[in-house]
Amino acid sequence: MIAIINYGMGNLRSVQKAIEKVGGETIITSDPEVIRKADKVVLPGVGAFFDAIENLKSNNLVEVIKETIDSGKPFLGICLGLHLLFTESEEDGLHKGLDILKGRVVRFSDEVKVPHMGWNQIEIKNDNLILENIPDNSYFYFVHSYYPVPEDKDVIATTTDYGMEFASSVSRDNIFATQFHPEKSSDLGLKILKNFVSKL
Amino acid sequence: MLAKRIIPCLDVHRGRVVKGVKFLNLKDAGDPVELASFYNKEFADELVFLDITASHEARNIMIDVVRRTSEQVFIPFTVGGGIRTLEDIKLMLEGGADKVSLNSAAVKNPELVRESSRKFGSQCIVVAVDAKKIAGSERWEVYINGGRIPTGLDVIEWVKKVKELGAGEILLTSMDTDGTKDGYDIPLTKAVTEAVNLPVIASGGAGNLQHLVDVIKEADADAVLAASIFHYGEYSIIQAKEFLKNNGISVRS
Repeated sequence: MIAIINYGMGNLRSVQKAIEKVGGETIITSDPEVIRKADKVVLPGVGAFFDAIENLKSNNLVEVIKETIDSGKPFLGICLGLHLLFTESEEDGLHKGLDILKGRVVRFSDEVKVPHMGWNQIEIKNDNLILENIPDNSYFYFVHSYYPVPEDKDVIATTTDYGMEFASSVSRDNIFATQFHPEKSSDLGLKILKNFVSKL
Repeated sequence: MLAKRIIPCLDVHRGRVVKGVKFLNLKDAGDPVELASFYNKEFADELVFLDITASHEARNIMIDVVRRTSEQVFIPFTVGGGIRTLEDIKLMLEGGADKVSLNSAAVKNPELVRESSRKFGSQCIVVAVDAKKIAGSERWEVYINGGRIPTGLDVIEWVKKVKELGAGEILLTSMDTDGTKDGYDIPLTKAVTEAVNLPVIASGGAGNLQHLVDVIKEADADAVLAASIFHYGEYSIIQAKEFLKNNGISVRS
């Protein structure tokens, strides 16, 4: 069973339907006990960073996320679910994140159109199981105004060019997190989810 | 490189696609979900559903379309037409729409743009602007209610305002070129892309593939919306992308 964490940040239906489409069994939940029992965990989300971290705290989800990651279970963060893993974010003032990955989430400069919206390419820096059979320079769907700057460059799995190069996905041990939306990236996005469901 | 997007627009009336799609060998060319699925296979980058029913009971029918689409088609889609309240927006997003487009409601109640972008995020709030040139000037006026009512608002002032209010994208339709097939309104689109640092979808006037290239190259549109040139099979999306690519425009293929 794959637990999709519901913490009141955006609609989780697309993520659920996409994972089911590739054969995953899912449950949308905000219950720490259900998350503890799951085989794999997904942290999706859209919206503001500060609201998100407050919602995780008030739903008692911070501990179980850290436990999940320590336990070695496959963990997938998407968009805001990636941002939350980092030390801190500059969105609407400086706010602390989960600090599972060291680094800061920062805003795109006004030299590019913000949000970064649409299909952009990934360059694979560190191959891993979840990117299996994903060709270099494939297009994925992005919609975000902030991006992560990891301290440890070794966690960068892919980069994407938008006025400058940024980390468009990260991975470390059992953690994989994407800035882009695999659930909205058509066949290649589904392939990533399928890798998460069946390869990990 | 960020790709330029091609977005087919489907007009939906009581849950059925109108201005039908005649060329396709589909079991049911009036079914929005089947069409969405077809366009996904054709590499459409996004879809827009425009609900033209404009009656209250139609909302539930549209939500059902949204639900069924989100279960089967894994590309982003926007729903517009008749969305007036935070509750309308919430229902569409919960149903699985990625974005909603606000048109008349944004003009009548600009706070809706602010409140909805705060609550749901700017990324899902598209403001649709119907623009008509003011004769003898280089200015455009915003119209509402399907282009029937002039508002007195200047298009450039209005798009700057909706950006401040939190809109994440502009869907810009030229009433002067819409339906002409003579090409997009390049001066209008250019004026808007220069005025705001937001993604802009150009709409109205596509008659051939060169028109797509022109509005992207000359007016810096981020995306092009089109209906009839795709629905009637004059061109496929795949052909359109090939044409853009051959003209040096980056597209997802």
